[in-house]
Amino acid sequence: MERKTKISAEDGRQELVITREFDLPLELLFKAYIEPEIVEQWMGTKVLKLENKKHGSYQFETTDPQGNKHRFNGVIHEFALNNKITRTFEFEKMPFGVQLEFLTFEKLTDDTSKLNMHVIYKSVAQRDQMLQLPFSQGINMAHNRLQEFLNKLK
Amino acid sequence: MNLRRDVFQAIADPTRRAILLLVASQSMTAGAIAANFDTARPTVSKHLQILTQCELLEQEYNGREVYYHVNPKKMKELADFIEAFRKLWDDRFNKLETIMKKYKSKK
Repeated sequence: MERKTKISAEDGRQELVITREFDLPLELLFKAYIEPEIVEQWMGTKVLKLENKKHGSYQFETTDPQGNKHRFNGVIHEFALNNKITRTFEFEKMPFGVQLEFLTFEKLTDDTSKLNMHVIYKSVAQRDQMLQLPFSQGINMAHNRLQEFLNKLK
Repeated sequence: MNLRRDVFQAIADPTRRAILLLVASQSMTAGAIAANFDTARPTVSKHLQILTQCELLEQEYNGREVYYHVNPKKMKELADFIEAFRKLWDDRFNKLETIMKKYKSKK
């Protein structure tokens, strides 16, 4: 399958860009970001709160394979229907810090659209840590060690 | 335990990741590395030992001083981590696309 999702993460920079083209009209792509029950399906999370408006906020909860619940939340800074969402993102009870996300949605043709997700972190180290997170989580044992470490921090 | 898994475990620890990021720019002595952390010196030494054992760090003797530097070959194995991140988002977006295509046809 063609690699549709692209990541641009230059060395030494505290930001990254995720881009993806969809075989979906712009309105449908955007809907997947604002309808709680759709968000739940593709993100694999429970949506506790999702206010799609300027100065609104959201809170999601995921359950990992070990049954532990992890919550993350953010504030919506800017919301423009079928156009853009600017928001923060933060894992709760984890020392990863807050990130700022600029999501822009673009119509390519009547049936295709593009998402550009520009994420800015507080530091280069923090960005690299977030980049490595799914990688570490892929290995169960590694994940458990990370958990142990984080629990000690609490 | 195989070596490859060791490498993954080594970077699962945030302090060890921080050490790798630190040493990536220049080779440093254990003391200079430890000075960057609030952690006790023996703890940092233990981390250095683990990183050296799994070959992410290499030791270089310069007189009485031991300098640590990253092993680029071994670090390349870790370069895959961006691919894991990309894969995570690609899977999510593929799911989104599938769900919304069904949604469209239902309408």
